[in-house]
Amino acid sequence: MSMNKRNGTSVYVRKGRDRLVYWSICVLSFLAMIPLFFILWDVVSKGYKNFNLNLFTEVTPSSMDALLANMNGDPIPGGILNGITGSILIVAMAILFSVPLGLFIGIYLSENRDKRFASIISFLTDLLQGMPSIVVGIIAYAWVVKPLGSYSALAGSVALTIMMLPMIVRSTEETLKMLPRAYKEAGLALGASYTNVVFKILLPSGFGGIFTGILLAISRVMGETAPLMLTALGASVVNWNVLEPTSAIPLLIWDFYNDPNLVDLVWSSSLLLLIVIFVLNWIAKIVARKWKI
Amino acid sequence: MKDKIFRFLLFFAAFLILMLSAGIIYALVSRSTVAFQEYGFWNFLVNPEWDPRPATEEYGALSFIVGTLYTAFFALILCVPFSLAVALFNGEYFKGKRVSSVVRSVVDLLAGIPSIVYGLWGFYAVRPLIIELGINAQGFGIFLSSVVLAIMIIPYASSLSTEFISMVPNNLKEGAYSLGATQMEMVQHISLPTATSGIIASYILALGRALGETMAVTMLIGNTDRIPNGLRDTGNTMASVIANQFGEADGIKLSSLIAIGLLLFIITAIINLVAKLVMKRVARA
Repeated sequence: MSMNKRNGTSVYVRKGRDRLVYWSICVLSFLAMIPLFFILWDVVSKGYKNFNLNLFTEVTPSSMDALLANMNGDPIPGGILNGITGSILIVAMAILFSVPLGLFIGIYLSENRDKRFASIISFLTDLLQGMPSIVVGIIAYAWVVKPLGSYSALAGSVALTIMMLPMIVRSTEETLKMLPRAYKEAGLALGASYTNVVFKILLPSGFGGIFTGILLAISRVMGETAPLMLTALGASVVNWNVLEPTSAIPLLIWDFYNDPNLVDLVWSSSLLLLIVIFVLNWIAKIVARKWKI
Repeated sequence: MKDKIFRFLLFFAAFLILMLSAGIIYALVSRSTVAFQEYGFWNFLVNPEWDPRPATEEYGALSFIVGTLYTAFFALILCVPFSLAVALFNGEYFKGKRVSSVVRSVVDLLAGIPSIVYGLWGFYAVRPLIIELGINAQGFGIFLSSVVLAIMIIPYASSLSTEFISMVPNNLKEGAYSLGATQMEMVQHISLPTATSGIIASYILALGRALGETMAVTMLIGNTDRIPNGLRDTGNTMASVIANQFGEADGIKLSSLIAIGLLLFIITAIINLVAKLVMKRVARA
């Protein structure tokens, strides 16, 4: 050992340190992944009991009915149909608002890269993307709930639109920027109009990236709770009227969490929510791989 | 002609972002003026009182600002060792290997779990642990929320810093190896110093996430309206007080809550702006 120690640290110590760091990184990375398995285990093991057909066909029971069922040892009568339909309604409207707008803005940004106005819009998109979800809730409250005088599904979808828009703009812009210039030039050289070049060449070529971005944006807002608390509020019946208060799966999870009688439903609703989100992520991954540029 | 209309539509859509941002700032500012006029901007900021009783009604944001900073920074500190390890795992040690893509997928899935599910898990699975450890009797508080928050921001911090670490040029690394450096010495003297700005930017962005996180914190922090007395204490963050009290609020209380929302908006905007500037500098270098 002392022979190696002429100047600086011995080679054994250096190798030892190297191994130590290597293993620490492996162990810490492993520890960072563990919560996923704990969370999945908790949600699945506690949620599968009430994960039955009732969950999809019946609305949320009243706290009283649930209490009686609990006292008799019966499963809680009812499900989360009102939350499922509400989530579909609110998210579908948000998609309707945010996708066309997001695509157009994304196209604008990728087509006008050097313009000062485009860089301002790009900056504002970043600003919107970093906005906390609760603040988005306040804004939709001020814009829609206050003027219309009532909590509504519409207000909820405005909130989700504000959250989805920057994500869709960014993914569209990034995808279109990656397309070779030659695509566009070839189209224009053949005499295609600018509109045709965008709709028949650029958008189809970038389909994979753009569609993946949209799917990820949907899966992001699917589980959003805070903005909906301030806008859609919740309802115990199935509601398709966009101007009425409406429930959503995450809102029901929040209600169940706060109501000791309904707490059994909390895990099965979370299980459903996680399945929907993971399936969306999974499809996004497949689309991204299949339609690679 | 058709092209002209189309180009105008594109411009108009982009212009809507400008309108949207203006509308957001207008909505927040106009609805918080009542509170700011009543208490004054600075007074509202430094007043720790939050008293909704009608006789002595008084609102200030300091308790929640302190609560937010406590939770967010503590979460950031907790997340650093893990996210840095994941970033080195994916960006250097196992770069391009199969095991790295597994770790990436797991971290992606962690990022996809909604805040409210993290809150549930924190309540039912982590809280008993905190009680067991004797950190506080109820389990709720800054400590519990920071632990869960740290787990939530690991994916954000690690995925971006992975990019920067894997961007370190090979010739620099090979230079270090040719001088006889071990992998650890190479990482210490080449990879980390080269990627520093990028890694810092990722942590700033993660901090922005932590500051604005709402549901999980609301479910775990204990919701007390005063300045938290250390990490073991309960408290409230700016986001959680809004989520908790917005529903039943009106008049000056509602305005005060929206004022807190405006402050939160400004803080996160500044944080994101700083991160973007740092990253721009990295891109130019």
